[in-house]
Amino acid sequence: MNLEALLSEKKAAIVKKWFDLIIDNYPSDSSNFFKKQKDRFLNPVGHTISQSIDSLFDEILHGIDSEKLFPFLNDIIKIKAVQDFSPSKALSFIFLLKQAIRKEIGSDIKKKQISDELASIESHIDDLALLSFDIYMKCRERIYEIKADESRRMMFRLLQKANLVCEIQEQESDLKSKTVLTQNIKG
Amino acid sequence: MANPKPEELARIEYNPPKTGWMDTPTVFKPGIFPYGCKPKSLETVSFPNPRSWSVKDEDWKLPENWQEIFIEGLRERVNKYRSFRLFLDICVRCGACADKCHFYIGGGDPKNMPVLRAELLRSVYRKYCTTSGKIMGKIAGARELTIDVLKEIWYYAYQCTECRRCSLFCPYGIDTAEITILARELLNLLGLNIDWIAGPVANCWLTGNHLGLQPHTIIDSFDMFINDLETATGIRVSPTFNRKGAEILLVVPSGDLFADPGTYTTMGELLLFHELGLDYTWSTFASEGGDFGFFTSNEMAKRLHNKIYEEAKRLKVKWIMGGECGHMWRVWHQYHNTWFGPVDFLEEPVSPITGTKFENTKSNKTVHICEFTADLIKHGKLNLDPSRNDNLIVTYHDSCNTSRGMGFFEEPRYIINSVCKNFYEMPPNTIREQTFCCGSGSGLNASENMENRLRGGLPRANAVKHVKEKYGVNMLACICAIDRAALVTAVDYWVPGVGVTGVHELVANALVMKGEKKRTKDLRGEPLPGMEGE
Repeated sequence: MNLEALLSEKKAAIVKKWFDLIIDNYPSDSSNFFKKQKDRFLNPVGHTISQSIDSLFDEILHGIDSEKLFPFLNDIIKIKAVQDFSPSKALSFIFLLKQAIRKEIGSDIKKKQISDELASIESHIDDLALLSFDIYMKCRERIYEIKADESRRMMFRLLQKANLVCEIQEQESDLKSKTVLTQNIKG
Repeated sequence: MANPKPEELARIEYNPPKTGWMDTPTVFKPGIFPYGCKPKSLETVSFPNPRSWSVKDEDWKLPENWQEIFIEGLRERVNKYRSFRLFLDICVRCGACADKCHFYIGGGDPKNMPVLRAELLRSVYRKYCTTSGKIMGKIAGARELTIDVLKEIWYYAYQCTECRRCSLFCPYGIDTAEITILARELLNLLGLNIDWIAGPVANCWLTGNHLGLQPHTIIDSFDMFINDLETATGIRVSPTFNRKGAEILLVVPSGDLFADPGTYTTMGELLLFHELGLDYTWSTFASEGGDFGFFTSNEMAKRLHNKIYEEAKRLKVKWIMGGECGHMWRVWHQYHNTWFGPVDFLEEPVSPITGTKFENTKSNKTVHICEFTADLIKHGKLNLDPSRNDNLIVTYHDSCNTSRGMGFFEEPRYIINSVCKNFYEMPPNTIREQTFCCGSGSGLNASENMENRLRGGLPRANAVKHVKEKYGVNMLACICAIDRAALVTAVDYWVPGVGVTGVHELVANALVMKGEKKRTKDLRGEPLPGMEGE
């Protein structure tokens, strides 16, 4: 049996271990809640993490396709980017998969002498980490953008009122009735 | 809940935290706390200890006898408000509220469990106001009021939106929001308000609205709305201001006068009342339905709320209509009568269009605009074309204050269902009484605490995401100005592609008006469905 088959067979145990390791990064008073509340609407953090890592695990087995991985990673990292984590701690969840695999099937890997294959899977996990850096940065940048957007929404009418901005109606039909200024603001 | 079986009981892991909560120091993190108040805001309303200070500084520049002030303030309030004393005494720490707070659910900070957040103050109460706490100290759950304890109370008092979702689940009916309200009131004795609340309070005290808009600028705002409405409908509406003898005084949150998308709600109201020919007036003095005094102290809330009735008296109107606002309704519904009792100089509100008597408003003489509009629709008084909203697939967010604060559920839904064809509810455990907060209420919609606001907005946004994926929802309707500001931001981060709207914006889009031109654009200037090429 090769490693991929072994990982598929033990998927449930590995993903559960991975989930527990991720959730253990939270204070213990909260990790119990994130683990035990199964309603997806009452526990969006626990639900998102468990669903996303389940899909991530399947994808990793078949190599790294950034496009397919993106939504799952994005869902988790969006949450981590606003919680009480330093950037390194926020992204540590990727590397915890290595721990989970070794803890769950480390002895099998030794027995079957398939460590070479494990190195290849681990290198997939490293690729995943690199992709995660990009997503994490995007999330943090997004937070600053939405702060700026919120201020703009509040200020725009006031500036108009103070006659500090004036709207120039574009004549070209492709711009429809949007003004030059609002177009700039809305991007 | 069924009793656990013996084998289930045996499986319970006893894995206590490394340190107890009292011994876990609170670390102030950027992105979580709002900025401290400015001295001039406090001076304006004669509040104590005005000075320049920063939350990040070690020294908060408190008066020398700050402990005495806080403890005396606590004793005074415990004696004055029986409910407060009860809430502090009777909690058995069952934990029913623990996982109901949106900040806890989204962030995982244990001190945001409502029970523990309240315990921060309760422990001080035990130490200074109960015999067991005085004698047994920590064993009885009591602790000294040190500067770190004070700062911790501050940090978490401004991480509670007073939404009361936790209180819904409390078997004793403890209103944890009231504990936050009183904690903030005590902090205000030391000049420890936040800028985002104290600034609006000072503005409101001086000019009648949170923004500090003066009468001429309010009228300028309306001029812009009137022009935009004329472009959209061909009809020039002509609202009146401070008009004596009008039948109705309309009071809306000032946020809807300046910030999109709230402005479209105001424009919708202008169109609707013009079409009805309603005898109503706006006021440039009572130009704020919201009351940030409510997030400061009982006294300040009363001072700011009073202006609405003073203005109603001055203008000699018959009754008051309140716009789409959240906490304004909590104040009106739950506090107004305690402060002022039944109003004796206004008439019991009757709709001049349908003749409906709003008997529920006998005491405070104030009708919710959604009650008024729902009644119009029920009586067939509006000519509506819901297909003008066919591009929208709508869901509805119950604002905490109107839902849990006054049990207001059906009217907004009835209106939405009458003015658009595609309406889908979010899951039952996230709406109505159980609605999740926007994460930015009670004066926390500043920008410096954005990470915390986003954590708090996650449970709500998560339910929006579900209906977006399942039904293609692209518009989130609400009846609160803070929602209209804060949900745009929360949704932008968590569920991009969903807009936010007030209910009366949807009404105005569907409203077929007498003498209108061929409508091709909605109030936002976007093409109506089927008019994309026009």
